[in-house]
Amino acid sequence: MKKYLKPSVFILSLFPFLIITYKIFFNQLGPEPVKEITHHTGEWTLIFIILTLAMTPFKKITKLNFWISLRRMLGLFVFFYATIHMLTYVVIDYRLDLQSISKDIFTKRFIFVGFAAWLLLTPLALTSSKKAMMLLKDKWKKIHRLIYIIAILGVVHFIWLVKKDLTEPLIYMAIILVLLLFRFKFKKV
Amino acid sequence: MKKIKYSEITPEKIYNNRRSFIKSIGVTAGSIAMSSLPFAGNALSEEKNKYTSYKDITTYNNYYEFGTSKSDPYINSQNFKTKPWSISIEGEIENPINISMEEISEMFVSEERIYRLRCVEGWSMVIPWMGFSLSKLLSKVTLTSKAKYVEFESIYDPDQMKGQRYPVLNWPYKEGLRIDEAMHPLTTVVTGLYNKKLPNQNGAPLRIFVPWKYGFKSAKAIVKIKLVEKMPTSSWMWASPREYGFYSNVNPNVDHPRWSQATERIIGNDIFAPRVKTLMFNGYEEEVASLYTGMDLKKYF
Repeated sequence: MKKYLKPSVFILSLFPFLIITYKIFFNQLGPEPVKEITHHTGEWTLIFIILTLAMTPFKKITKLNFWISLRRMLGLFVFFYATIHMLTYVVIDYRLDLQSISKDIFTKRFIFVGFAAWLLLTPLALTSSKKAMMLLKDKWKKIHRLIYIIAILGVVHFIWLVKKDLTEPLIYMAIILVLLLFRFKFKKV
Repeated sequence: MKKIKYSEITPEKIYNNRRSFIKSIGVTAGSIAMSSLPFAGNALSEEKNKYTSYKDITTYNNYYEFGTSKSDPYINSQNFKTKPWSISIEGEIENPINISMEEISEMFVSEERIYRLRCVEGWSMVIPWMGFSLSKLLSKVTLTSKAKYVEFESIYDPDQMKGQRYPVLNWPYKEGLRIDEAMHPLTTVVTGLYNKKLPNQNGAPLRIFVPWKYGFKSAKAIVKIKLVEKMPTSSWMWASPREYGFYSNVNPNVDHPRWSQATERIIGNDIFAPRVKTLMFNGYEEEVASLYTGMDLKKYF
């Protein structure tokens, strides 16, 4: 049973990628295709951030250890979707027009925090292996606590880009705050 | 839909106007289609890309009265009642009037007007509207010397308009123009599109369209036109004065605080089509720039 758990979660986690690939090839993206890819991958990045952050609380609540065995893979999916999201903006939307992109990064706050969040994710992805974990010892934990900051930056990125109706980003914000509060509570006990 | 009424006194002039509109717009639309298709030079694809499809125009809308997502207006507006409908023209005028839709279609001939629509969100369409100049409607009333601005008010009917049950914007939707902007021949009262009756999700039965301003300046489902002395506060100015100014002219050099306005995406193009450069006053610079001579457009955004 346990043997199949990780591969199944892996395949399920690929679904959002498969859906958008299908939409691209079968012309199902709607009137604003680039925006559709950007929103889809951005949304799934946030969902995977939530899933990653949920594993530790789930372990504490259910007293089952297998949740933790999924955490690294889910975290890598955060990086996977965030990277597609960022590349959609840089390559498909702005066609590597680095001048416009860098201007956007430094003058548009939602792009600034989004880009910062992606940059902060890279060291986490690079040090995700067991080997890196052993090499870095205590430092590893510290580095990987960056995910808390990344989660906040990600949701602020969403809040700042929305024009008026904040319902959706605030739902993400609420979930992320609850998950972060869990850390506080358990640390004190 | 496009009947020429005997009651219309100057059909020939309108006809000529119409030709000149098509001429001036056609050039713009054509050049956009070309720049969006870097590898397709043939006339056929150029023609095909000239107008945004009826489907996209009628299913991809910002109309918060019917919901905040782009597909909401189409879904939620199908049972919206547009009959009976009348518009009151009031405020700083000698003779306030209430005019029904029937009277409007008797009195004014709608002509085809192909204009570009640029949304503040960075996308654009080319739309074959049906309509006539607002100045014609306003010529039915006598303005007082205090009539400096025009305020448009959209319908308030939360029973029919789901979105109005939430305070997303300050309902009813209000927009405004300076009197000279309102009198400009490009400022259009829209009654239809693609030679058909105006669909509910596009602002039926009657909306305003101001081609050189961002889309939100063009109020939908109008019930009141009020002439006023002081600059009106529009719904979007009310919502976020830092982001939305009264003028809201399309201007690639003045960024929205949160996103760039230098380029835009053309609705209906595939994912490999590049962004195109946004034009000053949405390409109507020649026609409208003189309205703003000497004005600091960064300050009066």
